[in-house]
Amino acid sequence: MAKYYWNEYQKTIADDKYFYERSCIRQTFFPGSETAFLRIVREELGKDIYDEMNQHTCTGIGYHTDIVPLETTMTVVARLFSLMKDAGYTNYVPSCVTSFGVFSEMIEIWNNKPEVLEKTREYLRKATGREFDIPLNLVHPSDIIYKFRFDLKEKMKYSLVNRFTGKPLQVVEHIGCHYAKIFPEKGVGKAEFPHVLAGMIEAWGGEVVDYPERRHCCGFGFRHYLLQENRGYSIANTKKKFESMEPYEPDFIVANCPGCTMFMDKWQYTIAEMEHKTYDKDGYGIPVLTYEEMAGLLLGYNPWNLGLQLHQVQSEVLLNKIGIPYDPNEKYKGASGQILPKPERPNNLLV
Amino acid sequence: MKRVAIIGAGPAGIEAAAVLANQNMEVLLFEKSLNTLSNLLDKAYLFPDFSLASDRVDKLNKKLLHPNIKLCCDTEIVDIKKDGDEWKVVDSKNTSYLTSAVLLTTGYSVFDAKRKEELGYGIYNGVITSVDLEKMIKYNQIENAMGEPPKRIVFLQCVGSRDEKSGNNYCSKICCVTAVKQAIEVKKLMPDTDVYIFYMDLRMWGQSFEEMYRESQEKYDVSYVRGRISEAASTFDKKIQIKAEDTLVGLPMKMTTDLLVLMVGMEASCGTKALADVLQIKGEYGFAQSLNCHLQDNETTQQGLFIAGSCKRPMGINETLADARSASVIIMDYLNACQENNEL
Repeated sequence: MAKYYWNEYQKTIADDKYFYERSCIRQTFFPGSETAFLRIVREELGKDIYDEMNQHTCTGIGYHTDIVPLETTMTVVARLFSLMKDAGYTNYVPSCVTSFGVFSEMIEIWNNKPEVLEKTREYLRKATGREFDIPLNLVHPSDIIYKFRFDLKEKMKYSLVNRFTGKPLQVVEHIGCHYAKIFPEKGVGKAEFPHVLAGMIEAWGGEVVDYPERRHCCGFGFRHYLLQENRGYSIANTKKKFESMEPYEPDFIVANCPGCTMFMDKWQYTIAEMEHKTYDKDGYGIPVLTYEEMAGLLLGYNPWNLGLQLHQVQSEVLLNKIGIPYDPNEKYKGASGQILPKPERPNNLLV
Repeated sequence: MKRVAIIGAGPAGIEAAAVLANQNMEVLLFEKSLNTLSNLLDKAYLFPDFSLASDRVDKLNKKLLHPNIKLCCDTEIVDIKKDGDEWKVVDSKNTSYLTSAVLLTTGYSVFDAKRKEELGYGIYNGVITSVDLEKMIKYNQIENAMGEPPKRIVFLQCVGSRDEKSGNNYCSKICCVTAVKQAIEVKKLMPDTDVYIFYMDLRMWGQSFEEMYRESQEKYDVSYVRGRISEAASTFDKKIQIKAEDTLVGLPMKMTTDLLVLMVGMEASCGTKALADVLQIKGEYGFAQSLNCHLQDNETTQQGLFIAGSCKRPMGINETLADARSASVIIMDYLNACQENNEL
């Protein structure tokens, strides 16, 4: 086998005792993913993970759109780290890839400029009277799932295999830019061929689709989307990716960034509306999962508890391929047992 | 008869051995590979005159048929140390050789393109190195990933040279002209193939290089694009898609090609790094360090220890041969001076 220097690169991922920080947007768009992650870590892996009640934004979106100044971001990040210190943890696990990038960047600045670190301590003290420690280990949740992928495999009820053909599912993996493109050494396998999601897919029976625009932006790109006038750039980038992956007929897409998962999911609806075009054969679109949803499904978690019905592209075709049972009547049943209103059907994308 | 150990039987080692032997010195020439001139064996033609590499190999090897030269192939030197007035050279089988002087000609190795993961070498069959292409030219078997004659070939300069990411900030010096040479060779063999060369800036420093560059455009229709390729990926039909920026027009570009040829640079060989370390003459990037680059470029901080060729820095073959002859003269001066001192 060829020797790939970058593929041999493994980052340090703590074994246990994690401090979890939730994402601003993931709870809205993929509400089951963070709950699934906590369940996997606690119940499947038997690890200690702390879910803090008093957390807040990392400022990531505001920071990357130049609305929030650097000093403010540093102080807000410092407050989050102070919550970890109070809880008695040293291993910080931010749910969002943007947060992961922001924390990595702030720590890098502090490590290189001790005077800035002291200034941040002073700002935090003045603003809140709190103290903070820099985490000993900063990892993304996808790193933890990657680290324990073989342990999880032993507990899985299903694998990434098409039960009708017996062949591995063809999976497109998409890594958030802020996972390894800012600091390649912070990502498993580094920046160009990160192995964090590919490692899960391969371990769980699937095959990774290596298509030409694999590293291309998902279409979020902060300003590409947040400024309404720029949204044409956003959807054009997403379209470029879909056109590139289409010939490989992927069964689904998995991503580790909230922005990527959301945009690759929801722009499929928009492209279908604008151009009457879907990128699968049958008009249902290509399902886009988070890695927690992928792991949860294979572990046998109820697809509706994972929140798959809240995606734009629906997942029944994929569930059928894997052989995961589901009850269509419970798809829109809320936690209280009440059946919630069904979303409006798109004109072109089949559901 | 004075005895000199030369470590490395590439062009520098062989040339120096021949000069010293002709001056009535006994030469022990050590080579860790089974053959001499291993970096030269796979080359088809040499720049700038397109002379046959095999002809140069034969002529250099003939120089070794001298009674004063003892060639020891398959012999790796692992230690060299001063032993009184002499040098003690030790091989991997723990055999020791005593000599009056030592010449290090341990040469270079080519940059391992797998380190540039974004360019896809070792992942996609359509991505090859200049070393691979040279073999294809030599055996007239230029093929794409599907085993077909390529309709388009793209060369990329500066792979592993002038590149902070790979840790090599220096210029490897020979890649620019090698790409021009190989592009012409491709067009001679396959006139209908489109050939593009992506470059940062073309360094045509040697005699006839500029003329070759001009000829490649005027006679052979080779196209030059100023810009670096940021990534290569395989397309569904097994071609290679590249992304780059044409920095002359200031626009990003995307192109598909049948073959992407990475012009790999020169690095200090493992032998150079190891022995330079043992001898405490390791310079930047692992190359051997001369005493100074103007007047004492073959001498080192240690008396009786000399260096020549691409163990010092990237060099072409003609420069290497000239440097080896220069080192031989310096070694003879040194040995004569030692003899005079002893007689006094």
